[in-house]
Amino acid sequence: MKRIYLDYAATTPVDPRVAKAMEPFWNENFGNAGGLYEEGRRAKEALTKSRETITKLIGAKPDEIIFTSGGTESDNLAVFGVANAALQVVARAVVSPSSKSDFGTPKKSDFFPGDLVVGQPSGVKPHIIITKFEHHAVLTPCEQLAKEDFDVTFLDVGENGIVDPEDVRKALRPETVLVSIMYANNEIGTIQPIAEVGKVVKDFRMAKEQILKDLASPTGVSTRNFSAEKYPCLSKFDTETFGKQYPYFHTDACQAAGYLDLNVNNLGVDLMTVNASKIYGPKGVGFLYKRSGVKIKPQIIGGGQEMRMRSGTENIPLIVGLAKAFELAQAEKDSETARLVPLRDYFISEVMKRIPKVVLNGHTTKRLPNNINVSILDIEGEALVLYLDSKGISFSTGSACTSESLDPSHVILALGKPYEFAHSSMRFTLGRSTTKTDIDYVMGELPKTVEWLRIVSPISVDMNASGMSHPEAFAGENLRVKAKSKSYKPDVLLK
Amino acid sequence: MDDTKKDIDVINQYTGEKWYYTDIVKDHFFHPRNLLMEKPKDENEFDARGMVGSPACGDMMEMWMKVEGEKVKELKWKTFGCASAIAATSIYSVMLTENGGLTLDEAMKVRPQDVMKRLGGLPNRKIHCSVLADKAFQKTANDYFRKTGQNSRIVVEGARVIDARLNITDKDIEEAVLEGAANLEEVQQKLKVGVGASDEVKTDIESLIRFYREKYYG
Ligand code: FES
Repeated sequence: MKRIYLDYAATTPVDPRVAKAMEPFWNENFGNAGGLYEEGRRAKEALTKSRETITKLIGAKPDEIIFTSGGTESDNLAVFGVANAALQVVARAVVSPSSKSDFGTPKKSDFFPGDLVVGQPSGVKPHIIITKFEHHAVLTPCEQLAKEDFDVTFLDVGENGIVDPEDVRKALRPETVLVSIMYANNEIGTIQPIAEVGKVVKDFRMAKEQILKDLASPTGVSTRNFSAEKYPCLSKFDTETFGKQYPYFHTDACQAAGYLDLNVNNLGVDLMTVNASKIYGPKGVGFLYKRSGVKIKPQIIGGGQEMRMRSGTENIPLIVGLAKAFELAQAEKDSETARLVPLRDYFISEVMKRIPKVVLNGHTTKRLPNNINVSILDIEGEALVLYLDSKGISFSTGSACTSESLDPSHVILALGKPYEFAHSSMRFTLGRSTTKTDIDYVMGELPKTVEWLRIVSPISVDMNASGMSHPEAFAGENLRVKAKSKSYKPDVLLK
Repeated sequence: MDDTKKDIDVINQYTGEKWYYTDIVKDHFFHPRNLLMEKPKDENEFDARGMVGSPACGDMMEMWMKVEGEKVKELKWKTFGCASAIAATSIYSVMLTENGGLTLDEAMKVRPQDVMKRLGGLPNRKIHCSVLADKAFQKTANDYFRKTGQNSRIVVEGARVIDARLNITDKDIEEAVLEGAANLEEVQQKLKVGVGASDEVKTDIESLIRFYREKYYG
């Protein structure tokens, strides 16, 4: 049976051009890039070239690319790396006053009461801002940090699946060390206003910088008031504990890499995650862009490879594959977008036309050219996935039944929908091999299967529902999923 | 792996873990028996009805029953649930009605494990789906007893408060075990609260975990 693969957001096949580029590095050029001899030099050269290819495409410098094992590692390195480095800054700040102040030299906090006392029992915790619908590779580390020494704001997103930069601005605090917002959501494909958030973050840093300058001169009060008006939270900012370099801005661009502009200067990001397995490259490799000067603490230490930021012998074939895949993806992004947008919109309009009670999840147009995410109400995702699988169609669902934790998709819940919408959410993601014929085949199978599963189902959810449909079925039960809607507080334990 | 377990496999999007459905599961999933095609217009068409939700995953199940004498004459159902739920309920309905039907007392003794055996097994984390049919039937049977004035036969699974501070009941523990928790720490993870502050409560919870592990996985 011909398979119609519509799960390109999960992973893509390796492009033959990529495989070809990788080919010589398994056997012929197998050297360790750390070696001084011929084999080592050849490996090193491939490594350098790959790094250059990437840096050119994103407007970075060579020493700003850290190769990793993929999206999850890059995200973890960004979050934990920034967080742990910030803790070191705090530790130093707590220790330094006595050692630096030379008995009696006035400290800044003597002039400005309300000093930030960080890292002490009663003190302020370093702060991180992310959205509620980040990828688990960012969300889970942040949930963990929230249980430890950090304060984390989980921002709501709009019903259309887009975060408001204004909300980011409001959430900023003097002690914010990291803002992390995905470029495009992996489930619903909505594109986030990264460049705008980048401006917000930069603006905030400049305000902090201004204040620090003012502190140094006796006449800076007026500028200070100006900043304070825009950022009331900065009115008491008078310490270098979390200096002008914070907050950093990280974006997970894994889903975006095949379709959007990834120039880090246009985006105003300090850290950016990209991996190969979503852009027709090999699995198990990715990179983290880290603007020079940005302080992170490496998470994998040892031989000191990757400018000490990520130890371990460089995986040359995969890195070469990543660079090639990224090069192709960026070169073809506009033509692929032009080809896929009409297909995507055709898919959406056909689903809506042929099947009643379908809700599109996420913004209609501000979404990736390859992403279709719909809640086909009253039916459960796993059942539909398996029925269509038997017809040769592959796609994925946000249903709780397919997730390890048995929790429904946190992305659909973040849109403010009841959990039944997540149970019924189906993600079809198109790719380079997708044709209109494929979509027509899906349209031949999907409506009748949905019709059948609706016969199987006892429920009838209202299209505009904001609460669950049959609470009575759960009488006497302690239903956790119910609570996890918009008010959902990610996993921070009741301490 | 037992060789009846093959074919449809689902790969978890987060963990990459695979699980397998047997051919029997597949058969009942693609061709469910005793499915109610259309909800009854007349309330009295069936003798009893029950609806339950799965606290584990949020799925729902509705059941309708006709009783003749003491025997389950007809058992119809609908479910908003996964392949395991569909298959398990299908086979459960067959088990209760085949060969002239079980008596209500016999039917209430059918355990989720018996269903599992008939299905040739379900992946561990899908066991809670088969329990859904069992629970729906108990509720349907209760409805029947209520309607026929046999109140003494109604079985209500009472919830007993185990940790008063957090209002955690034995049902919560059961739920956590059904979701796969095997020890106190995992139960705490599932419930997302630090149950069992005192040693006394801890022992209580641990014995409940053993009890439910035995009940569903033993
Ligand atoms: S019914 Fe939801 S996981 Fe089976």
